[in-house]
Amino acid sequence: MRGDLEIISPWVSKGSTVLDLGCGDGTLLAHLQKEKQVLGYGLEIDGDQITRCIENGVNVIEHDLDEKGLASFGDKQFDTVIMTQALQAVRRPDEMIEEMLRLGRQGIVTFPNFGHWRCRQYLLFNGKMPMSKTLPHTWFNTPNIHLCTFKDFELLCHQKGIRIVDKLEVNADFREHSFAKLWPNFLAEFAVYRIELK
Amino acid sequence: MSADSVGLVEPKIQHFEEPLQLDCGKSLSQYDLIYETYGTLNTDHTNAVLICHALSGDHHAAGFHSEEDKKPGWWDSCIGPGKPIDTNTFFVVSLNNLGGCRGSTGPTSIDPATGDLYGPDFPIVTVQDWVKSQARLADLLGIKTWAAVVGGSLGGMQALRWSLDYPGRIAHAVVIASTPKLTAQNIAFNEIARKAITSDPSFHDGRYYQHQTVPVKGLMLARMIGHITYLSDEAMGEKFGRIKKSEGFNFDYGVEFEVESYLNYQGKRFSKTFDANTYLLMTRALDYFDPAAEHDGDLVKALGNASCDYFVVSFSTDWRFSPERSEQLVEAMVKAGKRVSYCEIDAPHGHDAFLIPTPRYMAAFSAYMQRIAKELSL
Repeated sequence: MRGDLEIISPWVSKGSTVLDLGCGDGTLLAHLQKEKQVLGYGLEIDGDQITRCIENGVNVIEHDLDEKGLASFGDKQFDTVIMTQALQAVRRPDEMIEEMLRLGRQGIVTFPNFGHWRCRQYLLFNGKMPMSKTLPHTWFNTPNIHLCTFKDFELLCHQKGIRIVDKLEVNADFREHSFAKLWPNFLAEFAVYRIELK
Repeated sequence: MSADSVGLVEPKIQHFEEPLQLDCGKSLSQYDLIYETYGTLNTDHTNAVLICHALSGDHHAAGFHSEEDKKPGWWDSCIGPGKPIDTNTFFVVSLNNLGGCRGSTGPTSIDPATGDLYGPDFPIVTVQDWVKSQARLADLLGIKTWAAVVGGSLGGMQALRWSLDYPGRIAHAVVIASTPKLTAQNIAFNEIARKAITSDPSFHDGRYYQHQTVPVKGLMLARMIGHITYLSDEAMGEKFGRIKKSEGFNFDYGVEFEVESYLNYQGKRFSKTFDANTYLLMTRALDYFDPAAEHDGDLVKALGNASCDYFVVSFSTDWRFSPERSEQLVEAMVKAGKRVSYCEIDAPHGHDAFLIPTPRYMAAFSAYMQRIAKELSL
């Protein structure tokens, strides 16, 4: 099983409603439908991914988040709003997080940690914007327009009155490893946050 | 005939003796519905798909009536072996709606009460009336629950109405290039079309049959107006641009531009094969459709009882029923907690795109129909 599914699944209660922002091929929602009998919806813009979602039996809605935002959804319409690996790609991550917690009772966010030691080392020694297996794009042509570190994200949550209910720092396969816990913002490549309004 | 065609098909006529009470307060004491079927009904009767037609459509959705037929049914692009509505899997039923002019009871039929043609006295039927008549056809065909009710444009409205009126008899509703209600602009276009017909001197208050004439000019004009709303500016530009039939200007008002020639041809052809009273009736059925109206305009409430899954599709250049109309529908479905998937297909053809097999449309449509087959173990 994909590591992030294993982490996220326990945070979603049985029979609840879920909105997945940028749901890809619908793997996460299909998993939650099967394991947790959720009523789930995924938003996606890529035509092929949308077709995969339909094949996977997932409710998928073609929706451009950057263009249309989430204004068409009602307050507390969902129990959980999830955004995996896309926060750094939206135009205004701060507004996105606020919107997630307007629509959902809880939010689950995953993103790559720009404070990981490899990024720091790359910048320090090469003097160039870091590129790696998890961040393979050039600075001038990347979907990741708002990369941040764990520290940045947590600061933003603090400023916005958002409580971090749970967090897990993980490696690229979304497996926990105890070593990363020593200094997450330096040692972990990804984090999965579970957030709520205070 | 290619391997992905349903081949030669023959329409059947079903006569109904039980009166049908209509929305308008009148009733039809008896009536006929003409329909075609493609594919085979399975032993459990679980693989039936109902096709609902749009304004000028009919029961002939796929295949050919004879070897000499040049054109197949109106939705042959989507119905057949290996096509999105795969006749190897599904049993497809397609009928001509009441009020039509292709074989189901309508203005061109004899009113049993008078022995004369109904003409303008044929009661105005609504989408809800159609759905009711379709349910009776389903009863006779032994279909308790449709695997899917599928339609584009006015057909999509019928699919939506099915999900509200017979929630237990429909597993999936496929609503393509449709809308939860017409806008003022939509109604305005319909009114111009109606005015074109009713102001034709040959219309004779709808009793043109008795005068051995047909309001050809009015019907032609109505179709020409309608046709413009089915195409996008882009599609028209690409097809005709400013191409002229001959060099230079003639400095008169005859047909000079290709687009004029095309519209005239389409209008003329249509006016010879379609009934003016049916056209009036169909446009009114469109105007009246508004399931939310019965719930204080609240579409979310209107969807309350629905229990099927929905698949909604719109097309980027459709300005008749724009993607925003479909999104409004989808938004209400999500708010009502209904299972729904939605695609906005990038296609240049305007409203007509629902008839055209663009690759992404076909891929998504096929995927959805296959998902239905999988869910129902067909």
